[in-house]
Amino acid sequence: MSPKTLYDKIWDAHVAHEAEDGTCLLYIDRHLVHEVTSPQAFEGLRMSGRTVRAPDKTIAVPDHNVPTTADRVNGITNEESRIQVDALDTNAKEFGIHYYPVSDVRQGIVHIVGPEQGWTLPGMTVVCGDSHTATHGAFGSLAHGIGTSEVEHVLATQTLIQKKSKNMKVEITGKLKPGVTAKDITLSVIGRTGTAGGTGYVIEYCGEAIRDLSMEGRMTVCNMAIEGGARAGLIAPDETTFEYIKGRPHAPKGAQWEAAMDWWKTLYSDDDAHWDLVITIPAEEIEPVVTWGTSPEDVLPISATVPAPDSFKGGKVDAVRRAIEYMGLTPGQKLSDIEIDTVFIGSCTNGRIEDLRAAAAVLKGKKIKDGLRAMVVPGSGLVRAQAEEEGLADIFQEAGFEWRMAGCSMCLAMNPDQLSEGERCASTSNRNFEGRQGYKGRTHLVSPAMAAAAAVTGKLTDVREMM
Amino acid sequence: MEKFEKLTGVAAPMPLVNIDTDMIIPKVFLKTIKRSGLGVNLFDEMRYDRQGNEIPDFVLNKPQYREAEILVAGDNFGCGSSREHAPWAIKDFGIRCVISTSFADIFYNNCFKNGILPIVLPEEQRDILMKDAEKGSNARIEVDLESQTVTSSDGEVFHFEVDPFRKHCLLEGLDDIGLTLEKSASIDAFEAQAAQSRPWV
Ligand code: SF4
Repeated sequence: MSPKTLYDKIWDAHVAHEAEDGTCLLYIDRHLVHEVTSPQAFEGLRMSGRTVRAPDKTIAVPDHNVPTTADRVNGITNEESRIQVDALDTNAKEFGIHYYPVSDVRQGIVHIVGPEQGWTLPGMTVVCGDSHTATHGAFGSLAHGIGTSEVEHVLATQTLIQKKSKNMKVEITGKLKPGVTAKDITLSVIGRTGTAGGTGYVIEYCGEAIRDLSMEGRMTVCNMAIEGGARAGLIAPDETTFEYIKGRPHAPKGAQWEAAMDWWKTLYSDDDAHWDLVITIPAEEIEPVVTWGTSPEDVLPISATVPAPDSFKGGKVDAVRRAIEYMGLTPGQKLSDIEIDTVFIGSCTNGRIEDLRAAAAVLKGKKIKDGLRAMVVPGSGLVRAQAEEEGLADIFQEAGFEWRMAGCSMCLAMNPDQLSEGERCASTSNRNFEGRQGYKGRTHLVSPAMAAAAAVTGKLTDVREMM
Repeated sequence: MEKFEKLTGVAAPMPLVNIDTDMIIPKVFLKTIKRSGLGVNLFDEMRYDRQGNEIPDFVLNKPQYREAEILVAGDNFGCGSSREHAPWAIKDFGIRCVISTSFADIFYNNCFKNGILPIVLPEEQRDILMKDAEKGSNARIEVDLESQTVTSSDGEVFHFEVDPFRKHCLLEGLDDIGLTLEKSASIDAFEAQAAQSRPWV
């Protein structure tokens, strides 16, 4: 048998039909659904008299629109948001799919709930009408975002029309330095490859620094594969993965667990597999980073300064000029001199228990800067409960953070959690696009530890100075 | 789905790189549960001020581009969120074709599902068309999917690549789901076999 990459292996195991021109029907093992990108898809089914082919493999949870204040149990006040969440409610019941309503403690961001409940398993194909579906690749599952028409297609057929992508390997060799996290890895990779660098590829992340990461860290890395333009990001499953999955509500049990393990252990890229592109980054070259612009590729170490537009090439010169103006910065300004108004800790990139632990470790016994607004939005109700049990919630609240209910919140600001015009935020989310966190809001992407450090000093800060 | 065969129209230039789907249709408009009516909010934050007045400098507000049917754009168009609201808004505005050097994967897919043709051209050719688009409403660009060509207003012809299956679907206006359901037997067979080999799924 010819050597294969992990992607090749998962792909081959899911081709339900292949046309002569190589167009495939890829079978989908898990379909995750949320309230924003699904109403039109369910409506489409209804209009054509179709049904959900595999309701048992379809899981729905509202996350994008839901308020994160405790009074949300009394209902959502914003009418449009309420209509969307109600529509998901109705659709989930009508079509008989798994559902975690707002009132359920297991509710949370779809990409956190899936793995937490054991829905995401190695070797699976996972899709969701959301670009950060890439997160699930941390389990060695082929996971990617789709549009609403494709959501409808998967609901109706449990397949997706696909052509195979190319294979890219991103290897992070050696060990990370203290204070450097998974978020710094993934941002640094995008900083090097650019937001279009991964277009046409599925990335497999490997190397010692990746192996050393927990599942939470691996999810952070894969989560942002999409920001690098890749269709999906993957990490081969290993003992860390199996350990995380074992005992989760929807993980296989008993004899099925053994059978699954037999297969899962074959899920790695063969030694002499073909790669279309290989990128190697020594872990020791990675520093704690921040973004300064309005694209996730606008990444620099915290020790750097705001770049000059003229130091770029082509169309990027104008884009940088626009970004620097939008961000209200000056070329040459030290990144560590940038003052912030808001700190947001949460999102499917960094809303897991380990992220909250990392931030709390920095905040313990400290207070946030006077006048700063700081908010923690756990990725799920269960993350929230665990953080309360571990005493993290107290640390955050004593420091001056708001302690919220689970949801996407200020990652995309579709609910009331938004930046106001000109407000500047150190955020653990994944996108610093113009207006992403609120109209004319300014976002600097950072790791949870860096966000906590910024909360204390009121400026972007090298967390290593506080360790 | 609406067919796409041939189009001759005004092209609006948007040279900015990395135009993301948040720019194309900001999140406040994602709360809809319909697919239609998003055209007025296409590029909303670039197009209107906070009071809802048009910003005269923005390309689609200029008289010569109000009826644009083609967009010539900077690199990596459509990156970011998977929201299909982006192509819905583009289509609803009346744009049926976007030309760039590269597109983000999900956006590119979404276009084909909505009767929009995304065309990838090398930088030099895209730049020629960008200049063409900058000439305004007298410079009409011609796009022919059948022959896979774009013709500039000066008559320069550029060939583009498109996946044969997608081309076929666009030319015929075919519904993907209908096509896939014709292969139900293959899906049934795959499911039966997977139930044996990976019963835990
Ligand atoms: S947390 Fe942000 S990136 Fe993640 S699913 Fe929600 S909106 Fe999307």
